[in-house]
Amino acid sequence: MTPLAGYLLLSAFLFAIGLAGALTRRNAIIVLIGIELMLNAANLNFIAFWRYGANPEALTGIMFVIFAIAVAAAEAAVGLALIIAIYRHYKTTNVDEMNSLKG
Amino acid sequence: MEVWIVKNLWLIPALPLLAAGLSAPLPQRFRKLSASLAIVSMIGAFLLSLCAFAHAMHLSHANDVMERLGRQSTGVREFFNFAWLQFAAGDAGILKLGWVLDPLTAVMLVMVTFVGTLIFIYSVGYMAHDQNFTRFFTFLSLFAAAMLGIIIANSLLLLFMCWELVGLASYLLIGFWYHKPSAAAAAKKAFITTRIGDVFFFLGIMWLYHETGTLLFYDNGAGCLEQSALAKMVTQTTCFGLAVSAAIGILIFIGAMGKSGQFPLHVWLPDAMEGPTPVSALIHAATMVAAGVFLVARVYPLMAVHIDGAAAETAALQVVTWIGAITAVFAASIAVAQNDIKRILAYSTVSQLGFMMMGLGTGGVAVGMFHLITHAFFKALLFLGAGSVIHGCHEEQDIRKMGGIRNYMPVTFLTYAVGMMALAGVPLFFSGFWSKDAILHAAHGWSVSHIPFYLGVAGALLTAFYMTRQMALVFWGQYRGHTSHETPQVKTPELVAIKSEYQPHESPRSMTVPLIILAVCAIGLGAIGTPAWPWFQEFLGSHHEEGFTRGVIQMMMISGLVVLVGGGLGIGLYGFVQRKRADEPDVLEKLPLGMHTWFAKKYGIDELYELTVIRFNAWAAKACAFLDEWVWGGAVALVSYVMLGLSWASRAFDEFVINLGFDQGCERVSKGGSLLSRLQGGRVQIYLRVIGVALVVLVLFLIWGGAK
Repeated sequence: MTPLAGYLLLSAFLFAIGLAGALTRRNAIIVLIGIELMLNAANLNFIAFWRYGANPEALTGIMFVIFAIAVAAAEAAVGLALIIAIYRHYKTTNVDEMNSLKG
Repeated sequence: MEVWIVKNLWLIPALPLLAAGLSAPLPQRFRKLSASLAIVSMIGAFLLSLCAFAHAMHLSHANDVMERLGRQSTGVREFFNFAWLQFAAGDAGILKLGWVLDPLTAVMLVMVTFVGTLIFIYSVGYMAHDQNFTRFFTFLSLFAAAMLGIIIANSLLLLFMCWELVGLASYLLIGFWYHKPSAAAAAKKAFITTRIGDVFFFLGIMWLYHETGTLLFYDNGAGCLEQSALAKMVTQTTCFGLAVSAAIGILIFIGAMGKSGQFPLHVWLPDAMEGPTPVSALIHAATMVAAGVFLVARVYPLMAVHIDGAAAETAALQVVTWIGAITAVFAASIAVAQNDIKRILAYSTVSQLGFMMMGLGTGGVAVGMFHLITHAFFKALLFLGAGSVIHGCHEEQDIRKMGGIRNYMPVTFLTYAVGMMALAGVPLFFSGFWSKDAILHAAHGWSVSHIPFYLGVAGALLTAFYMTRQMALVFWGQYRGHTSHETPQVKTPELVAIKSEYQPHESPRSMTVPLIILAVCAIGLGAIGTPAWPWFQEFLGSHHEEGFTRGVIQMMMISGLVVLVGGGLGIGLYGFVQRKRADEPDVLEKLPLGMHTWFAKKYGIDELYELTVIRFNAWAAKACAFLDEWVWGGAVALVSYVMLGLSWASRAFDEFVINLGFDQGCERVSKGGSLLSRLQGGRVQIYLRVIGVALVVLVLFLIWGGAK
């Protein structure tokens, strides 16, 4: 098994864990954590394809990932802030009860 | 030279018209205002007419002087024309109206306004108890205005308009008590019968316009009654070798026949007695029936025009004479057998109108008009007197139920006697004698035939007879009214009171004063036209200065004798032996002649019309109704049913196709919407789950399907 395949498997595994967490847990914070996990799985994919790809000398993969992490950090901050605002309003973090996001 | 009165002659009819317009919207409680408006307007019109008369006298006098000096005559006529409307380009397309002042107009104006004023004043007393007092005076003023319009008109069209207005006003007035079916029927009859004449009149007007291109009577040589137009018309002939002028004259005369109640269009006139008595006086003395005679006098130049060398008695004048003579004796004989006081007077009017027509036909304008003027006064007097009698006898009109009224109503009796003697033509002192004498004299000199003269004499005889009969039955003998039937056995005070209440009583001052004035005129007016001083005849333009020639005195003797015979017969049959009861048969009925029934039935003219004209008319109306109902109505119904069916189909299509389709479409859309809306439940994790499934499907698709 080539190292690339192993990384990709790991990444897929990580994504699956994140997806499962995001879909099954009811706590908004856990859902957010699941989303972060999926994001990092994607990051791992970028790194793996860059490291074992056709042109590993150029720092394209690592650059992409660093940007993604920065964006993810900002996103996490916004997400948490939204969760706090929702909590203040609904007195809950259960996503099943937050169903007003519809037409 | 424009004289104020000629230019403003229109004011004379305008005043009563204004009064009519002002009193029409007045509520019924303004009785005094309405009556005084009408009377004041009539007095104003009378004063203006006097002005006009004075001016006409002046013109006539100036003309005489010029003629005597052998200069060019200035003419006795002034007129004022104006453009009324333009219906086509150019001068020929301008329709002109106007008014004319000549002796004929002046005389008629004074007569109509004077008699009209008296009748208006009389009406105040006569209609005092009527609810629709203001309406009455409105119609009365309208009537007078229309009549005055006829008189002053210088255009046949203006004359025709006013003519029709007179017809309308007479319809309104005869049917004034329209709640009585007989009055409503009489009004209709008057309107329709005169309309029959008017159709011919209108044909005459159109023909005249076709021939001459103008309807103005006088227009500085261009009018239709002036030399050039007449000369043109008399040379052309139409069917039966009739000159066009004569044919038009006859058509116009038929219109006059309708209005003036000449045989055979006389049937409406006796029935018109259903109106209030002042209306009868106005219609049968001063205005409506005079309008026909006046019309013939107005278009006399048209009727009399003849080619040089031909007989002076044109076909039109012959027709006028014959119709007049027949009417005179025909109506007089009917009057003999009538029992309604007003109906006798009505037939007498028809008969006298016949005399006037005869006078026009044989003697010219002056003769006919003289009788028209004198007749207007004494017939108004007689009608108003009859109204006074009727009023005094508590609306009783049957002369068989009157009698001995001279004791109760002395003023009415005296004035009525004057009127009666004037109508009968008692010699020397009464106006009717002179005017009738002039007619008989003219008829005697007629070159075509002597029969009209004999008919006229017979008519005069009958006139004296039936008037004597009426006087005897109404004023002599014992009162045969309500009291004579129930002679009370016991004379209690109550019964005496009732009796005196039922007795006739004299009429109020407003009714008797006009009677007295008219009586004075009925005596005095004859003086203006006697053979000794024929001022009237000269004024109206016929210059015959005969004086008391042998022929004239002979004629006076004849007509005096005729009156004496007629009156003597009347007194002999009715004066000495008075009927005791109201329902006794008439003396004439007892005579074995069988004529009385014919007279009483009015020769069955009404029945004849009933059988012929009216039956035909009813049949035609039924046929039209059938056509209307089944043919035209059927077509209309068919079309409407087709339309109805179409619209039903359209509605069904709408309801079951278009609406249903839309409904179902909408239902589908909304169901689909609700289905789709379930996708957006607001639960974030379900969105995410969908995304996840979609991702898996995408990956599987990329792996096995699409990645080539």
